[in-house]
Amino acid sequence: MSELTTAGLSVTAMAGLLRSGQASPQDLAAASRGELDRIEGLHAVLRRTGELAERQAARAARLLAETPEAAGPLCGIPFAHKDVICLEGVGTSAGSKILESFVPPYTATALQRLLDAGAVPLAVTNCDEFAMGSSNENSAYGPVGNPWDPDRVPGGSSGGSATVVAAGAVPFALGSDTGGSIRQPASFCGVAGFKPTYGRVSRYGLIAFASSLDQIGPFARTVEDAAGVYSAIAGHDPHDSTSSPAAVEPVAAELRRGVQGMRLGIPREYMGEGLEPGVRQAVEAAFAQLEKLGATLVEVSLPTTDAALSTYYIIAPAECSANLARMDGVRFGLHVDRASLTDTYLQSRDQGFGPEVKRRIMLGTYALSSGYYDAYYRKAQKVRTLIAAEFDSAFETVDALVCPTSPVVAFEKGAKSDPLSMYLCDVLTIPVNLAGLPGISVPCGVSAGLPVGLQVIGPRFQDGRVLRVAHAYEQATDWHSRLPGPVPGVTA
Amino acid sequence: MTLSTEQVAHVAMLARLGLSDEEMERYREQLDAILAHVDRLQQVDTSQVAETAQIGGLVNAWREDVTGECLPKEAALRNAPRRVGDHFEVGAIQE
Repeated sequence: MSELTTAGLSVTAMAGLLRSGQASPQDLAAASRGELDRIEGLHAVLRRTGELAERQAARAARLLAETPEAAGPLCGIPFAHKDVICLEGVGTSAGSKILESFVPPYTATALQRLLDAGAVPLAVTNCDEFAMGSSNENSAYGPVGNPWDPDRVPGGSSGGSATVVAAGAVPFALGSDTGGSIRQPASFCGVAGFKPTYGRVSRYGLIAFASSLDQIGPFARTVEDAAGVYSAIAGHDPHDSTSSPAAVEPVAAELRRGVQGMRLGIPREYMGEGLEPGVRQAVEAAFAQLEKLGATLVEVSLPTTDAALSTYYIIAPAECSANLARMDGVRFGLHVDRASLTDTYLQSRDQGFGPEVKRRIMLGTYALSSGYYDAYYRKAQKVRTLIAAEFDSAFETVDALVCPTSPVVAFEKGAKSDPLSMYLCDVLTIPVNLAGLPGISVPCGVSAGLPVGLQVIGPRFQDGRVLRVAHAYEQATDWHSRLPGPVPGVTA
Repeated sequence: MTLSTEQVAHVAMLARLGLSDEEMERYREQLDAILAHVDRLQQVDTSQVAETAQIGGLVNAWREDVTGECLPKEAALRNAPRRVGDHFEVGAIQE
C-alpha cells in the first residue's frame, strides 16, 4: 500500500477505503504521517503521538476485522488535536513554556470518546499560548504558516488544527473556541470549523482559558464529517458539571433536510464598514446561493453587537486570571527556584508565561480587583445577558443567522502588533460565545486568492440546524473541495 | 482613565507576576488603551438586567456523595517539579 495517497481525503472517503479493504488503519496512519511530513515547514504540529498511534491503529484494525458492524464511522480514521486538550502520556503544553514538560496524567473526555470510537490520534497541533490569540503568533513555539500562503497567519487560536486539515494532511482535527478560535482559523484556512453549543461537549481535560465560554469542536473537510465528529464527542459528562445533561439530538438525518422554507437572518451590524470588499462579495454571493436553495433571507438587528468585544475582553481575561492561577510551579509546570514561595510564584510565572497571556492575566486581575469588580466584571456579565437576549429574540423570527466569520481574510505575519487591532479580528465570532450558541464556518469563496468563511449561527442546542444550513450550502458549492498547492520551501 | 505605575505594580503582585520595569510600563500603556475601549460598556443601560455567569441554563449539578475513582497518587505527582515522598514540596511560607 506504499502507493496510497490520502491528501485531502474526507473521513467518509477514508472510511470507504477501510470498508472496501483498500487500506488498513495502519496504511491510513502511515500515509497521513507522510502528509504531515510534507507540510512540516508550516510548523502546524508541535509533537507526534509516537507509539500510541500505532497501538490505536492496530486496535482499530482488529475492531474492523472482528466486529465491523460495531465499528463506527471514525474507526481507523487518523486525526490531530490542539495542544490544549489533554492526552494521557503525550505532552500537552498549551503552546506555553510554562507547560513545556507537562505530560497529562489523564485524557480529556472529548479525546477519550474519539479513542473509544477507534479514531487514531497522530499529532498535537500548534496554537496560541493558552488559546489566547487570533493568529497563532502567540505560540511560545513559533507561528504557523497558512497553507494558502505561508507568509500569512492561519488564524487562531486553533491555527495548527485548521492548517493540518486545510492542507489535507488529516481529515479532521479537534480545536477549542472561546471567542472564535475554531471558526476564525477555519475561515482563514478554508475548511469547516464547528463550535457546538456551550455545554454540549465536555471540557474535562481541556486546559481552561475562560470556563464560561470555552468549547471543544471539530475542523473537517466537509460539514458531514464535522457532524460525525461532533456526534462522537457530544453529550453529558459527569466530570464536567457544566456539560448539559440534555440528550444529544441525532444530526445525521437533519443534515440532509435542506434549507427549503427556512428563514435565515442577516444581522445588519455584522455587515458594517469594517468588512473587506472581497469578504462582503463572497458572503453576499453565499446569501444568494442560500436563497436559490429555497431559504428566505431577511435582515435582523442585534443592536448591542458593538459592545460584545468589550464584554468579552473583561469576562475572558477575568476568567483566565483565575484559571491560570493554578500555574504556580508547585504541582506541575515550570518551577523557578527562589528562597521564598512568593518569589518562586513571581519568577515561575514571569518566565513561564508569554506577553499576551500576561497581558490578559493583568487585565483580568484588574477587572476583578477590589473597587473595579462592579464597574467591569459585573457590568460585563449584565451586558452579556443583553447580548444573549438579543440573539434569543432574533431566533423568534428566523431559524438561523448567516454572516461572515471574519471581517478580513488571512493577514500577513506581524501585521497586527497592537493588541486591540488583533482583538478586533474576532468581532463577528465573540458574540456567539457570549450567548453560548452553536456556530460554524464553511468556505464560501476567495478574496485575493485567500479563503473567505460563511458563518451560520443557531439557537442554543440547535446544533443540528446549524450543520444542516452549512451542509446545504456546502453541497451546492465546491469551495470546500479546493486544496492548496505544495508548500513553498518544503520539498515533497 | 489613566493607570498609575503603582496600580500596575499592585495588580502584578495580585496576579503573582514578577514583571520587569520595562514590562510594567508596557502593560500600563496597553491596559490603558484596552480599558479606554472597554469603556463602551458603561454606555449600555443594564439597570433592568441580571448578570449571566452560566449561559447554558444550568443551575446546580448534583451527584450522590459517594467515593468514586480518582487519579492515582503516583499519576498526580508525576509532573511535580519538587516532591518529597508522596507529597509536593513547597517552599517555607513562614520563617
